[in-house]
Parts: sequence; C-alpha cells; structure tokens
Amino acid sequence: MSDTETTQLPKDIAAEKGLVNVQIDGHWIQVPRGTRMIEACKIAEKEVPHYCYHPKLSSPGNCRMCLVQMGMPPRPAPDQAPVYDEDGYQEIGWMPRPVIACANTVGENMGIRTQGELVEKCREGVMEFLLINHPLDCPICDQAGECRLQEFSVEHGKGESRFKEDKIKKPKNVKIGPRIRLDDERCIMCSRCIRFMDEVADEPVLGFTERGTHTTVGVFPGRELTNNYGLNTVDLCPVGALTSNDFRFQMRTWFLKETDSIDTNCGTGANTTIWTRGNKIFRVTPRQNDDVNSCWMPDSHRLNYVCPTDDDRLTAPLIKVDGVHEETCWENAIEAAADALKQFTPSEIAIIASGRQTNEELFMMRTLAAELGIESLAIVAREEASDDMLISADRNPNTTGAQLTLQDKDVAATLATFREGVYQGEIKALFVASENLLEEAGFTKEDLNALELLIALHTSANATAHASDIVLPGASSAEKFGSMVNVAGRLQKLNAACLPPADARSDWEIIRDLVLALSGDSAEQAPQSIEALFQIIATSIPEFEGKSLATLSNLGETITDTGVTIPLVERENQRKAHGEIVG
Amino acid sequence: MAIIKIKRPKLTLADKLYLPAVIKGLFITFKHAIRAIRGKTHGAEQFNSSGLGVTMQYPETKWDDQLPDYYRGVPALVTDEQERERCVSCQLCEFICPPKAITIIPGEIESDDPWAKVEKRPKEFEIDMTRCIYCGMCEEVCPEQAIYLRDDYAMTGLSRAEMVNDKKRLYEIGGVRTGLVNKWNEIK
Repeated sequence: MSDTETTQLPKDIAAEKGLVNVQIDGHWIQVPRGTRMIEACKIAEKEVPHYCYHPKLSSPGNCRMCLVQMGMPPRPAPDQAPVYDEDGYQEIGWMPRPVIACANTVGENMGIRTQGELVEKCREGVMEFLLINHPLDCPICDQAGECRLQEFSVEHGKGESRFKEDKIKKPKNVKIGPRIRLDDERCIMCSRCIRFMDEVADEPVLGFTERGTHTTVGVFPGRELTNNYGLNTVDLCPVGALTSNDFRFQMRTWFLKETDSIDTNCGTGANTTIWTRGNKIFRVTPRQNDDVNSCWMPDSHRLNYVCPTDDDRLTAPLIKVDGVHEETCWENAIEAAADALKQFTPSEIAIIASGRQTNEELFMMRTLAAELGIESLAIVAREEASDDMLISADRNPNTTGAQLTLQDKDVAATLATFREGVYQGEIKALFVASENLLEEAGFTKEDLNALELLIALHTSANATAHASDIVLPGASSAEKFGSMVNVAGRLQKLNAACLPPADARSDWEIIRDLVLALSGDSAEQAPQSIEALFQIIATSIPEFEGKSLATLSNLGETITDTGVTIPLVERENQRKAHGEIVG
Repeated sequence: MAIIKIKRPKLTLADKLYLPAVIKGLFITFKHAIRAIRGKTHGAEQFNSSGLGVTMQYPETKWDDQLPDYYRGVPALVTDEQERERCVSCQLCEFICPPKAITIIPGEIESDDPWAKVEKRPKEFEIDMTRCIYCGMCEEVCPEQAIYLRDDYAMTGLSRAEMVNDKKRLYEIGGVRTGLVNKWNEIK
C-alpha cells in the first residue's frame, strides 16, 4: 500500500474508540476491547451453543460446548514489518486447535469461526460425551421444549448412541429443598446453580462430589436449599436436573403463552414473564432487566400470584340484602353504590386507596374523591425489612406512583385519621379498593360493623368483602393493563396475561363508571380506554408528560429520581466493573 | 402453458333423446339383480351375507374380521405385558391433535408404586369422540407407544358427555399390547 502514511489503518480507527476489529465467520466487525468472544459472536448474530456460560455469573469454562476456531496474525520476524491487505487487515493465522469462546477475550485483528468442520466436529464430540449417561427422559422431563441439551442434540448430536457399556446410575427425584427437586442423571455439570448460590444468593449450599463420570451435584450434608432465591437455579439449569415443585408435571412448556409483566409483591417491581394456558397461570419467571432485577426474582414473590381460577375469587357484583349478599348486574351495583354514597355528606365519607393499585386506578380514585368533594384519600403503608437483595422495604408495588398520581408526598398519613373517624362514628361511609381492612390497615371487625355503608372493590372474597354492603369484583395484577412506578422511580408496565373471572372487570373501569353515575355525565366524557386515561394523566402530572402506555417499553423508563437503589443490582454493577462478570 | 381447446362431442339424435341411455342403465341394473338372486355376485361368500350379493346386512353381519391391520378406529391407551400403563402424559398427542380432541391432566406417580421411577402418568386422559377425526397422528407422535387406533368404529352415545372417553374407558378399549419397546426396564 502506497498511501499507508496518509490513510489510517482499521486498527487505529477502532483503537480511537476503544474498539477492536474482529473477523467473525468472514465478516469484520468492531467490538469493545475486552469483550468475550462469545459476546462478540452474539453481536455478530452468530449462535455459539453453550451451557455453563451465563453473563451474570463467573465463567469457569467447564462445559466445553462453546468451542470455536480462533486465529491471530502471525507474529512477524524481528526485521519484518506487518503486512496489511488492501482493506488494511493482517492475514489471520488460524490455530489448529479450538478455544472456548466464553472465557477468552477478543484481540485486534482476531478471527473467529463459529462454523466449519473443526467446530462442528468439536460440538459433536462434546454432545456425545454429555449424552453418554443422560437418560431418555424427555417425555416426562419438565424442561423438554426449553432444554438446551435437547435443542443442541437436534443440531449437533448423533441419532444413535455408540456407548455400549452400562450407564452410570445416579440419584433421581431428590428433594434438595422445600421447593426444588434434583435429578442427578439429567445433570450435565455446568455448575450454574452452584455459582449462582455462591456468587449471587451468597449461600453456597450446592457443590460437586465424586470425580470424573461419577461427578454429582448435591447439597452440603445436613443442609437444604431453603434460600429465598433458590428457584432461580431452576431457571438457570440448562437441562431438567433442577425442577420446581410448584411447576413440576403441571404443564408442558410448549402449551404456555408468555406475557411480559411486573411483580407486584414489593416496591422493586421485578420484571416477570407470566406463563398461562387458557385462563390459568402456571408459573411466573423473572425477565431480564439490568436496572431492576437483573435475571433474578425471590421465590416468595414468584409463587405468590392471584389466578383467575382461584377458589376465593369474586366473580359477580354483590349487594347485601337483609344481611345476605346477592349477586346482581353491574348497572345495578354501580347505581346502588352511587345512590348510597349520595346519602352522606363529604365529611362522612372516607376513601381508602391502595399502593397495590396502578397509576391509572389511583388517578381514577382521585377523580372519585374530587367528585364526592372529599379532600384527601389514604393508602395503606406496608413497611417491612428489606432483604438487602431484591425485596424492597416498601411492600407496596406502587407507593411512588401513588405519591405522583395523588400529588401527595405522604399518602399513608391520613389513614390513622380515618381509623379514628370510623371509631368515633364521624365517618359513616367507606369506599375501599384493593385492601383487606382487617389486615395491615388496622381496622377491627367492630369498626366495619359500625359503618353505615361499606363498599369494597377487591379480587377475593376476604373478610372486608364479607362485611361490605356492596362488593365490586376487580381484576388481579395478572389480569390488567396499567402502569406502576417502582421505588427507584421507574415507570413500568403491566400487561394482562389472562381475563378476569366471570363478571369481574378492570378496576379503573369500575371506578370510572361509579364516577359517571355520581356526576350524571354521559359516558363519552370519560376515558374509553386505558391509553386514553393514561393520556389524561400525562397531561395533568408533569412526571408522566410525553409518555404513552402503548409506546412504553416492557423494560420501563425512569421518570423521577427517588434516590433509592436496589442492593442486588448495585452489587452486580460492582462485579461488572471489577470484570468478574460480563453483566 | 398452451391453451388446449376442447371440442364438444357431436350428439346423435339418440343421445339427444336421452331415453335410450336410461333404458341401457336399467338393463345393467336388471342384469346385476338377476345375478344377485342367483347368488353369482363377485365376493358373495366372502362377505358371508344373506346371499344377496355385495350388500352387507349391517349390523347383523359385520366386517370386523375383514379389517386390515392398519385400520384406524377409536384411539385408546394400552398397557404392556408388565401391566404398566404406558402413557407418561407427555402431552404430545394433545399438542398434535388437529381437532383438539385430547385433554390430559398430568400427575405424579406415588413413591410407593412399583413403577415410581417413571415418575409421571396421566391423572386424567380424555378423548372427545365427537371431535376425533381418526387421523392417527396421536399414535404416530407417541414416544412411548402408548396410544393406538383400535378396531372399534361404532362409537355411539345419547349425549355429548357419553361420547367422551375417559382414562378408565380408554384402557378398557385399548387392552394389553405385547412386544413393545420397554425403555423403562431396569437396564437403561
């Protein structure tokens, strides 16, 4: 090249931006310096099969599935200058032996081949070894359909086993904890579960015993996998070795529909995927969001969901006639509620909202309060100790959202006044949404009986519903669209995974109809869709300005700075900064 | 593609009158009727019927022993020579079933069962015979050789509920099938 001095070489252009040039399957791309080869291949959209590698965990490189062919420019002799081709790259000298893509980083002018005879042969060999002792359990294995071993044995495996010797027998169906079952024969020794318990859950109860082909995963003697983050190991397991007792033999994964939503058990708002078939929820799993919950979720939260098929669900509006609840239609129930509320003066009515309601529902609650002429409404505070991982001290999923939509910094303050008012007999009518007053709210049965009117909007037939004069059946968090703001000020979206049971409806629609019945306005004056309601919020509350529920990503968006951080995410960012994990 | 023009056939007066063709047809019918009465029809003794030829007097006579091996009748579950119910409720038949006739509720085998190591079997298995189209895909997809289309074809019922075969009924129809691959035996 004659104009070498005047034109910059690709390596210099890349170096200025902190990048390196890598050739992957014949195409040159630029990736950040220090990227793992497997991540570079992911950027180039080339699949490298792997089992043990996980970006959130350390990389021991023990499954050997991610073997690729690698090449670097040959080192020049002492007096030899590097030779560049017309595009400015050096010729790649391919290495005769493969390397693992998960634990090696890219270098300038590196070449990676994810295809070709050598790589294919390596994968076939690794697959053959992995399948030697693997049982033919696929028809009964819960992992079938989402099993990496199943997928890669279709692509890289042999149709028939050459192994004629007796297979190694290992323990099957071992109860290693209250929520998890282990099948050692299915295990491929990727060690993901061991590393998760050690590095993320910080309770290293799992480990390998024995050597060679007899290697077995097990719990430390005398211990059990009781950790509240244990079920994440089931998600991590690339095969069916670890299965969840909750989901075990319930449904094959290929029947399940996935809906992206969020966890509503605490203020963190972990991103979730809800797996449903028909109108039944079969499981809830964490969904990756590096700013909220990484790839994890606490067991107590994932197992705690309200399903439309639950026995205690309210399925029709109820009105109490002579002390007995009678089913009625929505028109009657709303009309009865509005008429009953009109009998009281504003000072005699109190409204209790909930930090478990969505922004849209809370905004409608505020509209209802304004319609009735009530000045303030209260939510029930739920403060418990944080677990210093993902469970926030605030067990309400939407306290921040309530502060924003109700335009009130201390939304729980008036609750004590209401309680006192009910006790003194000053408050005679109570409208309560999504709360059981006999639990955290601190009301007693006598308080509720002393009320002249109690209207409850809830999903389940709890004690408050039993004491209520009018019961309005609402939708659970898995059955509604809406938004919440988590403790860190992130606006996140709930998507409906199933339909509310029978006559139950979305809460915001119920409150809207009640407001309409009270004001006597025509239905056109109220929002007709959740998006229309969100637009009203967006125009009236500055933090929501310019946002739209339809365009909001399922990963959410930060709309306000609360200064609260999530401990697990903080720790993970530190580990990423130290280069321990890819992140 | 070239366009081929087809010439209409030129009809004679006899063709146009239509009546000669009717008489010709009647003549053929009479010929067969006489042959049937004389018991000379092809396949008469094969059907072992009333001697009136190809007409089989169903349901007095049935063709059950004439059914070929590949006949696709009512789908049913089978047990093997070890009296093990072969179905492990993998639900592949439920997945493949084009008219969605199969409903399975999976269940776990209790630990005190001799076949506890199989771990899984159907708690409930229902085939709705008002939906079944006898396509045989369930049999083809089954990885455990547990479901077969049997010889029964006369499924009747007075209500829709009666037309749903539950697990007990399916094993009654299916019976025992021997000589199948048994991967759950002690040597893996």
